[in-house]
Amino acid sequence: MTAALTPGAVWQALARVPDPEIPVVSITDMGMVRDVQVQGDRVSVTFTPTFSGCPALHVIRASIEQAVRDLGVQDVTVHSTLTPPWTTDWINEDARDRLREYGIAPPAPTGDGPLIQLVAEPTRCPRCGSLNVRMTGSFGSTLCKRLYVCDSCREPFEGFKSV
Amino acid sequence: MTTALTLTAAHTQALIRRLTALADDEILIAHRGGEWTGHAPILEEDIALANIAQDELGHAGLYLGLRAELDGSDPDRLAFFRTADEYTNTRLTELPRGDWAFTMIRQFLYDTFEALWLEAATRSTYAPLAAIAAKAVREEKFHVQHTALWAERLALGTPESERRTRAALNDLWPYAAQLFQPVDGEEALVAAGVLPDLSAVRARWTDLVTAHLSGTCGLTLPGTPADPAPRSVHTGHLAPLLAEMQSVARAHPDAELW
Repeated sequence: MTAALTPGAVWQALARVPDPEIPVVSITDMGMVRDVQVQGDRVSVTFTPTFSGCPALHVIRASIEQAVRDLGVQDVTVHSTLTPPWTTDWINEDARDRLREYGIAPPAPTGDGPLIQLVAEPTRCPRCGSLNVRMTGSFGSTLCKRLYVCDSCREPFEGFKSV
Repeated sequence: MTTALTLTAAHTQALIRRLTALADDEILIAHRGGEWTGHAPILEEDIALANIAQDELGHAGLYLGLRAELDGSDPDRLAFFRTADEYTNTRLTELPRGDWAFTMIRQFLYDTFEALWLEAATRSTYAPLAAIAAKAVREEKFHVQHTALWAERLALGTPESERRTRAALNDLWPYAAQLFQPVDGEEALVAAGVLPDLSAVRARWTDLVTAHLSGTCGLTLPGTPADPAPRSVHTGHLAPLLAEMQSVARAHPDAELW
């Protein structure tokens, strides 16, 4: 390492770490990285896990560590924090567009509705934009998604849960 | 916001008992849910139960993580190396998976309890518990939505599905009472605002479950046992479940990567 490492450089490196389950978005797009601290040659990164049972968490943790090491840093610590809890509201606009292009309907705003809502939030088909969609499975191939079919363009698709 | 809460030794022991009880229920219901993988009535339900089981195991991990902070225990060892007489789950969660109606009614009764308990626990004076509750309750609401819908679909479906749903409710209802049994020393933690008051959770649970099962689904709720068994009392179903669940870990006790 020649020049002093800046937090900005670490953030840039982390912005290139893909979400292991949805590789079109990065972990910073998903709002999972909360804090980066650089003290001399030591870097600490704090991230917020998405779903508590997500099997990709240890991969994400290892990827964060590796991305920082690739900057030439030896002393890396990765903390996770649950406060405040991760919410899909933290997914940035650009990432929402990329999810849509990839065929995944981005999450609706969460709001603080009553706990028991038997009616799911409205979802648009990522292909044709129609609201004429049916949920065919309230759980999908990963913890963060649900399964839908669009009754306008007939395309089956996945939608991000609003958490 | 507030000054840090200091737990006495007695408080700590009671909190460990409660966290372990919560985790044990999650592990067992996740295992029973996981048994449907490859057997559920339709593919989407196979996926749904696998998702729910994964979430419940995630919650068990959160509870055991809190316990680890208190006593340095190892969550994996607690899950895979304790015997039936050391597990403190309710009997509700250890009963064999039964048919689809049994599975959905059990999950509905349990998920509703868990969602309401977690919602109350978000106001815990013990910040680490409030934090995991705020996290887990967001996931649990999807379970309740899903299983509430299944209860309705089955109860108002065919005469056969209605018969099976009624039978499941009759079998399971008395067991559900055990969810509201406090562990030793729990009252002091409720008084300190660390844990939700189980009788208050129970009142909300009864309202919600009654409105749905009796009101929406048209089912008749059976009577509740006066004195449910303590968590140390198990059925004969727990030991075989643990034997299967723990077989890989016990065969390779030194494995470091799962």
